[in-house]
Amino acid sequence: MKRRLLRFARQLGLMLLVIWTVVSLVTLLIELVPGSPAATILGETATQEQIENFNRKHGLDRPAFFFTYSNDRGLVWNGFDNRYVDYWSGLLQGDLGTSFRTDRPIFDMIFERYPATIKLALASMLVAVAIAIPLGVLAGTNKNGVIDNFASFIALLGISLPTFVIGPFLVYIFAVQLRIFSPIGSANPEDIVLPAVTLGAALSAILTRMVRSSVIEELGEDYVRTARAKGLSERTVVYKHVLKNGLIPVVTVLGLQLGVLLAGAIITEKIFSWQGLGLLLLEEGIAKRDYRLVQGCVLVISVTYIIANSLTDLVYHRLDPRIRLS
Amino acid sequence: MTRLAYIGIAIAAVVILTAVFAPLIATHDVTVQDLALRFQSPSAEHWFGTDVLGRDVFSRIVFGARISLEVGITVVAVSAVIGTTIGAIAGYYGGWVDKILSGYIFNVFMAFPGLLLAIALVAFLGAGLGKMILALCIIGWVGYARVIRGQVLKVREYDFVQAARALGASNMRILFIHILPNAIQPLIVQASLGMAGAVLSEASLSFLGLGIPPPAPSWGTMIEESRQYFAIYPHVLFFPGLAIALTVLAFNFIGDGLREYLDPKQRTR
Repeated sequence: MKRRLLRFARQLGLMLLVIWTVVSLVTLLIELVPGSPAATILGETATQEQIENFNRKHGLDRPAFFFTYSNDRGLVWNGFDNRYVDYWSGLLQGDLGTSFRTDRPIFDMIFERYPATIKLALASMLVAVAIAIPLGVLAGTNKNGVIDNFASFIALLGISLPTFVIGPFLVYIFAVQLRIFSPIGSANPEDIVLPAVTLGAALSAILTRMVRSSVIEELGEDYVRTARAKGLSERTVVYKHVLKNGLIPVVTVLGLQLGVLLAGAIITEKIFSWQGLGLLLLEEGIAKRDYRLVQGCVLVISVTYIIANSLTDLVYHRLDPRIRLS
Repeated sequence: MTRLAYIGIAIAAVVILTAVFAPLIATHDVTVQDLALRFQSPSAEHWFGTDVLGRDVFSRIVFGARISLEVGITVVAVSAVIGTTIGAIAGYYGGWVDKILSGYIFNVFMAFPGLLLAIALVAFLGAGLGKMILALCIIGWVGYARVIRGQVLKVREYDFVQAARALGASNMRILFIHILPNAIQPLIVQASLGMAGAVLSEASLSFLGLGIPPPAPSWGTMIEESRQYFAIYPHVLFFPGLAIALTVLAFNFIGDGLREYLDPKQRTR
């Protein structure tokens, strides 16, 4: 018990350390902008006064970090009165700053769109699992057979086809030719199908391969022989015994892939004009150079990813008694 | 090696030769626009048809191979060198060096979804070939570092390493002359899969408008430009899509084949 608590504490500590670093990196990203954000946003016609006002309003007139270095003044200590501390103290109060463009709180802008992206990511996971488990089991139980080769080929295709190729093709077939779904938007509940399939295709391919090798591995275990000797049907053996153990690595991959889905959602959302975080990042953030918004989006997606990964790790250790005991 | 790996090698060879001899293979100038020739279907004159600005799709795909491979090879080479060095140091020295590198730094770099970090970097730095390559290297090296660290941890316990140490070899000599050559095999697999990943990332970033700016014939840019007209003129998206898919598929086939070939446990199965 004590060891488990210790392990948990260590993992939590590492998670917090990683979050701290990621937030710090994102905070400092804005320093990479060539020239000043004010000049980029206000344009070439901006007066000196406008630029100064803008900088004052968004705190950009203050030093970026605890210390600054310049060629003529050398290393200068700025103390705690700096933008890095500002960003953190805002963050801890749930304040991600205000938009450079609209003056709206970034927090509100992001969390209006956040549910749509999570919904899309979860739906695509569901699609991936629904395809991968039956296909992977079929491939694993017919090792090196026709079905296995076919499934392997489909899986590799799924990994290699980028979302921005799959998406338009699905639109062409199901929206333009068959007219089953609408090509873009999220007005109707069924509008999620095409984006979810597009985003889930690569994951389903990865999972199919995992389920396959998992099933092959587990089929060689002693308990399978016992189950068969008991006279259980092959179906029960595979779906009740083998799959239960074989799914453990799959759960891990699912958790770890959430981040990939969140990042991939940026492309999928663009294809389908899905009003999520990705589209917000691209259209309002990057295209309009609203750097504060870009910071917020990158931060929220990364932290979601880190938390999902850490939770996966915990669940993984609980799922498999062999790991739990060791 | 599996049959798929050979297919992969064959496709990759075609892509590489296309990239090298692009000026000889291309049938038209890739930047010449002719609005009178917009959206021509594939014909004897324009093998893959023409795009929204009347440019020859075949020639653009041929030159696009150059961009893809240029990005892919640079990213893989730079990431592999950086990753190998850092991974080898982490694995060889162990202790607190390893704790900081693999316990903390690796975790931080893996805490960003790769594409997101690349998007963020390019968003702040500005678009362009060099910046995109830099962004992809920053997300790419950690994969190599992890692989090499694991290998070095294993190899450093072998007898010949003890022998080299007993003979008075320096740490650097042991690490780079004795251990690394014996730890490098999985790197080839990682590099092949990394090549597929880099080609895909380049196309993705270009698709998002964050890669190489037009009129450069990047495959991702071609797809982005033709997306709106796809429903009426499918060929404008089909050919660049096929080019990306085949190239990525080829390097994945090679990587998978190599992995099975190098891992005797998988081979006997």
